[in-house]
Amino acid sequence: MLAAACALALLWLLGSGFAAGVTASAFTVWHYLALLALTVLFARALARCGAFIGDATVSSIVVTIAALLGLFIFFPVGKALLAAVLDNQGRFAPGLAAERLLAPDIWGLGCFGGGTQCGVAINSVLLATIVGFGTTLIGLVMALAAQRGGQRFSGLYRVMAVLPIVTPPFVIALALVVLFGRTGLITGWLDTLFGIPRTRWIYGLTGVTLAQLLSFTPIAFMILSGALAAVSPSLEEAAQTLRASRARVFRTVTWPLLRPALANSFLLGFVESLADFGNPVVLAGNYEVLSTKIFFAVAGAQHEPGRAAALATVLLLFTLVAFWLQQRWLGKASYVSVSGKGDTGLPAPLPDGMRKACVGFAVAWVVFTLACYAVILVGGFVKDIGRGDMTPVIAHFRDGFGIEWRDGAPAFTGSAWDSFFTTVQVAAIAAPLTAAIGLLAAYVITRQQFAGRGAFEFLTMVAFAVPGTVIGVAYIVAFNVPPIELTGGLAILILCFVFRNMPVGVRAGIAALAQIDKSLDEASATLRASTWRTLTQVVLPLLKPAIVATLIFSFTHAMTAVSAVIFLATAKYNLATVYIIGRVEAGEYPLAIAYSTVLIVFMLAVVLLLQRFTGSVRIGRRTPAELVTGH
Amino acid sequence: MNNPTGGVVFDQVSKRYGNVTAVDNVSFTIEGATLVTLLGPSGCGKTTTLRMVAGLEAITSGRVLIGGQDVSRRSAAERDVSMVFQSYALFPHMNVLENVSYGPQSDGTPRAQAEAMAADKLKMLGLSGMEKRLPSELSGGQQQRVAVARSLVLEPAVLLFDEPLSNLDAKLRRRVRQEIRELQQSLRLTVLYVTHDQEEALAVSDRIIVMDRGRIAQQGTPDELYERPASRFLADFIGDANLVDGEVVPQGGGLAFKANDFAAPVRVQGLQPGPATLALRPHQLQLRPPGDGMLQGRCLRSAYLGSRQELVVDTPWGELLVFDPVVRPRHEPGDAVGLAFDPGAAIVLPR
Repeated sequence: MLAAACALALLWLLGSGFAAGVTASAFTVWHYLALLALTVLFARALARCGAFIGDATVSSIVVTIAALLGLFIFFPVGKALLAAVLDNQGRFAPGLAAERLLAPDIWGLGCFGGGTQCGVAINSVLLATIVGFGTTLIGLVMALAAQRGGQRFSGLYRVMAVLPIVTPPFVIALALVVLFGRTGLITGWLDTLFGIPRTRWIYGLTGVTLAQLLSFTPIAFMILSGALAAVSPSLEEAAQTLRASRARVFRTVTWPLLRPALANSFLLGFVESLADFGNPVVLAGNYEVLSTKIFFAVAGAQHEPGRAAALATVLLLFTLVAFWLQQRWLGKASYVSVSGKGDTGLPAPLPDGMRKACVGFAVAWVVFTLACYAVILVGGFVKDIGRGDMTPVIAHFRDGFGIEWRDGAPAFTGSAWDSFFTTVQVAAIAAPLTAAIGLLAAYVITRQQFAGRGAFEFLTMVAFAVPGTVIGVAYIVAFNVPPIELTGGLAILILCFVFRNMPVGVRAGIAALAQIDKSLDEASATLRASTWRTLTQVVLPLLKPAIVATLIFSFTHAMTAVSAVIFLATAKYNLATVYIIGRVEAGEYPLAIAYSTVLIVFMLAVVLLLQRFTGSVRIGRRTPAELVTGH
Repeated sequence: MNNPTGGVVFDQVSKRYGNVTAVDNVSFTIEGATLVTLLGPSGCGKTTTLRMVAGLEAITSGRVLIGGQDVSRRSAAERDVSMVFQSYALFPHMNVLENVSYGPQSDGTPRAQAEAMAADKLKMLGLSGMEKRLPSELSGGQQQRVAVARSLVLEPAVLLFDEPLSNLDAKLRRRVRQEIRELQQSLRLTVLYVTHDQEEALAVSDRIIVMDRGRIAQQGTPDELYERPASRFLADFIGDANLVDGEVVPQGGGLAFKANDFAAPVRVQGLQPGPATLALRPHQLQLRPPGDGMLQGRCLRSAYLGSRQELVVDTPWGELLVFDPVVRPRHEPGDAVGLAFDPGAAIVLPR
């Protein structure tokens, strides 16, 4: 009865808002509060009716999160996709839609025949496939070197795990331009030393591929490193005692057990490459890819929202297929160890030649990656590294981050301060919200039984498969008219980050909760604690590592994201990355590089501080030293 | 099996990790066709010792001989041993037949022949019909037998077991340990077996080597270890024991053990007067009506276990645990009782 009443009220509020259409005034804070209150009331009423085993807390969490996801992911994305089948007057136009979706500049295969260009979709998939394979291969080599190649370079590999977290996505591309561009440092040396002519080879498929390999290999490295560490050493030992040579152990035991992680790494590299905006925007040149093409369709000279929507549909389709494949294969293919107890032992050493090759390549790759960062760090302090002018100056930092003392108070006169403060503010507000919503969702998914749990989990994860560019377009399309009018404000930036990064919180939470025995919850429940008390007094303290990880992730991602917010940032609320991209497009490389340096250093400091402040919590993993002396 | 006389010789072997000595100058011999158990508490070095026989840990110093050959510098793949792991370590991505035929195929045996060998061993262990199953589709006991079949198929000179029963439930554990013992005896296998469970060790072994803090504390047959433990640690570790500190004193031409002003005669060969510890097995203490010249006490707790009563009796020698095979009449807390024991069966340890 109550449930029905609440549902009706909700429908009426939303319905009247949308029915009034563009002419009416937008929702105010009070409308949103009323919506939230009604949603929670509706959820509690559902629980009263027996849904969610009568647990009002669980019901409120599930219904509220589902409603938020619906409003801020599915509604805008759906509305944006709908734009692909509407003409400029907003009428349904299937012919136009088909024309847009099947256009030869999307699907053209000309480049294979020779001469002419391929369509953007083909370009994107080609690039993503190369990057997926490349990152997986390099990541595997590095993981093998790090886990099985001896202790010698362990510090070097660990750097690879931290760098991508604090790096805006276009930094590598910037570094590559500085090194290999027509006036680049290495290009210059090659010209003077060997007479190799200066060309623009770095712009195009080669350059973007290289930049994406450098940017995304650390992710593959972390996935495969974890998978390699999870291969039970006793399996490899068993193979050894069964007369298998090192090569045979690797081929018949280690490799097959890694296969799910390899597939996972490939798909992730594939999706990352498709969704990447920062590297192509700097380096792609004439090689057009979906993410940049969408942006220019919206922001370029010819404003074509319908075309942008069609391109976004194609991009979303690709990432959803990859995501679906990942869920489908990997859900089943992972090998759960047969018995958890007493799995000690030492991982098998690699065959000698292979070990040397892996370590050699890994070290070279890390050095190359570090060289790119070094270029960025140095670049801010010299006159114009992009043209090889290495006169040391601090002018770029003064331009961007100058502080003057006026009337006894500091005045932030640098041109970058505004965007920097906005970015920090947005990131700082979004991070705790992301962690809270993500972990709550993870808690109900792992710990509670209710109808539709699987669907709810899928719902929370699907947001992950939506590329930033698509979200950006979707928010522009959906939230620039009443009743929900948010564009141009700070709130839309925060909301964008919260709902884009939330799946990471969910994943981290699920992983952490899987390690915390469920009997702890049950013990708490039998001691008469409510769900809420169990959550706050038992589960949360044990989740500290996951909370910290999610906070760090969402904060740094909010600081470094480009693809979605480049549509949403405005002159009033500009963001650091958008500002830097603007400088790059204007050819002001030194300021862009100096700003990137500041961002990286700032985020490193925040990450280290957060880790220091919260301490690191270890749960139940034995160190190798304990392992070998045990029993 | 090819070489039932060949055993294992462990010659002054040490294993150090940095400053930590996990195994300290250990020597022992395993005769062919015998089952020897390494027994000890957690962290005593028994698993490390087993892994050094397998070739999974490098030795720091000493020699390891298998079948008379020095294999100290050979890798696990080059040694004529195979191992049943505590976690069984069945390859999760291979079915039962692929798991069991893995060893011969590593050796270069053609696939068909390797699978025939595997099928033969599976049949022997009662696993026929399971060939196509994945390890995750088997019960714990079946997984354990697949692991044994996989080790047996290579017919190794030495078979190693690392706590093979620890993932089974108590009932199954008793049955499986009998099966392992029968298999070892009927195939005349040379087996080195690691466990921390003293009852399991007593039940399956020809000889037991007890380790403590990286050294051998004592080795011998099960009855030697149980009846004549060499130290306080051993008396306490193998079976239950009431340990009483006191001294051996002359009494009426013989010797007696005296503690807290009460003395009882003991007749043990080679016993000298002086400080000593008396180890009394709970079943050696017999309940009597209280009387003079007898250890007297008061029952503190009693429990009925069907086949026996377990009592804790407060005596001048401290609180003693007593197993009484007579279950009726029941002794209640507060009852006064007398305790007697056979002076010839007493275990007196130097202190």
